[in-house]
Amino acid sequence: MFHKTAVSFKVNGEVCDLEIDNRTSLLDALREHLHLTGTKKGCDHGQCGACTVIVEGRRINACLTLAVMHGGDEILTIEGLGQPGHLHPMQQAFIDCDAFQCGYCTPGQICSSVAVLEEIKANVPSHVTQDLTEQTAVTAAEIRERMSGNICRCGAYSNIIDAVMEVAGAPL
Amino acid sequence: MRAFTYERASSVEAAVGTAASNPHAKFIAGGTNLLDLMKLEIETPTHLIDVNGLGLDGIEETADGGLRIGALVRNTDLAANDRVRRDYGLLSRALVSGASGQLRNKATTAGNLLQRTRCPYFYDPMQPCNKRNPGSGCSAIGGFSRQHGVIGTSDACIATHPSDMAIALSALEATVETVKGDGARRSIPIGDFHRLPGDSPHIETVLEHGEFITAVLLPPPLGGKHIYRKVRDRASYAFALVSVGVVIQPDGSGRFAVGGVAHKPWRVETAEAELHKGAKAAVAVAFSDSRPTDQNRYKLDLVERTLAAVIEDARG
Repeated sequence: MFHKTAVSFKVNGEVCDLEIDNRTSLLDALREHLHLTGTKKGCDHGQCGACTVIVEGRRINACLTLAVMHGGDEILTIEGLGQPGHLHPMQQAFIDCDAFQCGYCTPGQICSSVAVLEEIKANVPSHVTQDLTEQTAVTAAEIRERMSGNICRCGAYSNIIDAVMEVAGAPL
Repeated sequence: MRAFTYERASSVEAAVGTAASNPHAKFIAGGTNLLDLMKLEIETPTHLIDVNGLGLDGIEETADGGLRIGALVRNTDLAANDRVRRDYGLLSRALVSGASGQLRNKATTAGNLLQRTRCPYFYDPMQPCNKRNPGSGCSAIGGFSRQHGVIGTSDACIATHPSDMAIALSALEATVETVKGDGARRSIPIGDFHRLPGDSPHIETVLEHGEFITAVLLPPPLGGKHIYRKVRDRASYAFALVSVGVVIQPDGSGRFAVGGVAHKPWRVETAEAELHKGAKAAVAVAFSDSRPTDQNRYKLDLVERTLAAVIEDARG
C-alpha cells in the first residue's frame, strides 16, 4: 500500500518537490517540511483562519486541504507577500494601525485581507452586499463580514479594519 | 487521522469505477468537511479519490432556460455568477450567508450537499451517537438540544442538516444529476435527495456507495422576490438556528423552505398555498407534525417570526 505521494507545487515562486504522507495538510507541509513557519496553526479545523494562505490567487484554510491535492499550484504565504525592508502594503498598514497584539493570528489576517480586497475588486458578493447586481464597494461593513473567518483573540478587530481600509484607499 | 491511499481521478468513469469496487473509498473535492471529520476519525476512508481535476466546474444555460451547475463549481463562484445573481438571488444570498470566505473558496456545489451535521455529539467521539456509531444511542435527546431539529426527527436522531445552499436549492426545485459505478445516470429532485433520520440516521442521502454527483440543475427562473434570512448566534460565520428562504411573487403567492429545523431542507408545498394568509397560517401547516424538545421549542416561534419578516420585506 502506498501511503505517500509525490507532489510538486510552487511556494512564493520557488518550486517545491515533496514526497509526503498523504495525510499531510498543506499547513503541515509548509511548516514542518518547508519550514515556512509564518503560517500559523491555530485550531487545525478551519474555524480560526490563522493558517490562511493564498492558493492560485484565492485565500483558503491550509489546515483543511491535503498537500498532495495541490500539484502544480502557486501558493503564496506571508513570507512571500513581503519581508522586512520590502513589506507588502498590507503588512505596513497592520504596523501603522497597530492591528495586532500578540501577533499569532496576524499572518492569516494579512493573507486574508489581501485576498479580500481582490474579491471585492472581482465583485464577489458577501452577506452584507446590498444589491447583488451592482459592483461591490469597499466599506467597513464589507471588510468586517468578509474577515469573519479570521479570529483575533486579542480583539484587534477595529484596528484590522482600519488597516484594510487604509490599503484600499477607502475613507473610514 | 488514519492512513489512506490517494489517487487523482483521470475521468468521471474511472472515479466511479474505483469507488464502486472499494467500499472504503471516498471522493474528495473541496475537502473542508471530510478532512475535518477525518482528523477526528469520524470519517475513516482507506482510499481517497481526488476529483478536483475533472473539470465539472462550469455554469451553463440549459435548453429550457435554466442553469446547469457543475458539481465542482466552488461556492464563491456560484454566488458570484452573473446569471445566479440576477435570476436566482436566493441561491447567491444563501451561499454567502454560509461558512467563511476561505471555506467558500474551497467548498463545492456537490460537497455542500454532502456535508454532515454539526451536531456537537456527532463531533465528539466520546459520546454515543447513532449517526456516527449506529446503535449507540442519541446523546442530543435528553441532552443539550437547543440547536437541534424540531420536525422530521426520530427516536434515533434529532440532528439537522447544516447547509444554507440546500435551502435555496429546495425552494428553487433543483435537481441533482448523478452517475453510478455501472455508468447508470439519474436525476434526483432536491426534495428527495436528503433522507429523514428514521432508524438509520447514518444514511443521510439516497446516493448509493460510489454514486457521483456530476451537476445540479436549476429550472427556468421564477421571477419574484428572492430573500434568504438566517438567524444565528453570531452575525457572521455561524450555522443557522433557523433560516428561511423564499421566492415571493407580486400576488403574495410563493415558495419557502426552512433550514436549521430538520435532517433535510424543510419545504412543504401545501404550506405554500397558505402563504398569502401570512406566516402564521403557513407555518401552522408546514410544522403541524413538529416534535420539538423543551430546549428548541423556541425555533417554532422563530421560524414564524422570520417568515413574517421576510414576507414584509418582499412587499417593500
